[in-house]
Amino acid sequence: MNRAALRRIWGLVYRHLALYRRSWPRLLELMYWPVLQMVVWGFVTAYVAGIQANTASLAAAALLGGALLWEVALRGQMGFSISFLEEIWSRNLGHVFVSPLRPRELVAALMAMSLIRVVVGVAPAVLLAWLLYAFGLFRMGPVVVAFFLALLLMGWAVALGVTSLLLRYGAGAETLAWSVLFGIAPISCVFYPVAVLPAWLQPLALALPASHVFEGMRAALLDGAIAWAHLGWAFVLDAAWLVAMGWVFMRQFQAARVKGALLNIGE
Amino acid sequence: MESDAIQAEALTKRYRPEGPPAVDGLTFRMPRGATWGLLGGNGAGKTTTIAMLLGLLVPSGGRVSCLGHDMARDRFAALARMNFSSPYIALPARISVAENLRVYAHLYDVPRTEQRIAELAEELQLTELLDRPAGELSAGQKTRVALAKALINRPELLLLDEPTASLDPDTGDWVRSLLERYRAESGCAILLASHNMAEVERLCGVPGGHVLMLKQGRVVDAGSPAALLAKYGREDLEEVFLDIARGRQRAAAA
Repeated sequence: MNRAALRRIWGLVYRHLALYRRSWPRLLELMYWPVLQMVVWGFVTAYVAGIQANTASLAAAALLGGALLWEVALRGQMGFSISFLEEIWSRNLGHVFVSPLRPRELVAALMAMSLIRVVVGVAPAVLLAWLLYAFGLFRMGPVVVAFFLALLLMGWAVALGVTSLLLRYGAGAETLAWSVLFGIAPISCVFYPVAVLPAWLQPLALALPASHVFEGMRAALLDGAIAWAHLGWAFVLDAAWLVAMGWVFMRQFQAARVKGALLNIGE
Repeated sequence: MESDAIQAEALTKRYRPEGPPAVDGLTFRMPRGATWGLLGGNGAGKTTTIAMLLGLLVPSGGRVSCLGHDMARDRFAALARMNFSSPYIALPARISVAENLRVYAHLYDVPRTEQRIAELAEELQLTELLDRPAGELSAGQKTRVALAKALINRPELLLLDEPTASLDPDTGDWVRSLLERYRAESGCAILLASHNMAEVERLCGVPGGHVLMLKQGRVVDAGSPAALLAKYGREDLEEVFLDIARGRQRAAAA
């Protein structure tokens, strides 16, 4: 990637950062839901543990760890999709698409914005979990960084699919940007093992990187072990989903150019 | 030999396979530095033509190249040297004018960004507005900002879709003067789609100026404004436009 390409990516990232610089409610909104989720799950885990102070409970830790890590996938997907929606809402896509910005650079810029939004949104929740419930996400060891990355990649793969639908159906599909990952949550096995699911549903769950990440998280918290096989599968599936959704996005982008959808996508 | 600013060959667009073509076999060669107008009523194919020239829309048939680059295979090389303005495509409303211009300076890899923004701000009388959110500006101010965006990369080819739509006569005149000045200083080629006949007559009424009269996606007549006026025996392009739109053929033109 050459300097001009990096500058184009920065141009789009700068546009979104400028938006946050001018709007503290937007910035607050980034942190609001992850912190709220953490507080609710923190009390749930305290209740499950039986005693308010028993934060060493492994089951409780698995719940709180699951809630925090799920936010990474969720915020990663929403950060990408909503940044794209911002362009639709501002009716700016026509200008963006007639600039020399390549589609892959647009995707890179949306990924960069997603990463920034995840860090800004989830970091306060992780810090508060430590302060309020003495739950340190990093007690799992450095492997938590791999979990974080695997979930972020899954969020991006889902976001590419959502963005493809936005290109296909315009702003009419925007509710998907908020809701789609909630639909995947039951088979992502955030709070329970894959084995709990009915046998027919387990292959579906195991096709998602998230279920491997959360199996790995429970292994790290409950057994103190790194489940390399689950970690490996998580990244292999991430790569497969990203390639598949990247292909769908490029196909849909080209279809939008054929149909003229880029001219009036916000309408 | 220097390539044309635009070369279109049998350019065709059908939005539905069985539907009528929005643009039907458009062929023309627009030289560098020329100012051409696309004139036609609603649905004549002006915006569709511009969208195909910009690579926003894939033609159903034919081919187009801009500044020597085939837009089907190599559009990004051309897009870096072109720009576009339309009152129907907005700039982000919640960020400031300066931030908007910075975004596009990055997207077009413009050197010495701040210096270029200061130059444009002075030229387009935007200096006092640089820190204001773009959404809070009046229609005339927004048009000036959109033109600053369109000129940020010193384009060699400028495509304008109704650049003075919804502007008062004074602001419209100011915009036309600015475009004339930029063309004289830079040698930029300008393709202008407009309903405003006086605007087309003025901007295209220079040596090399040319007008394509479109109807139902086809070129029904073409020539310099002076040549069209003489051919139809009319005083202004609006009368020529009405003759063509209503299918009236003056004896001289028949």
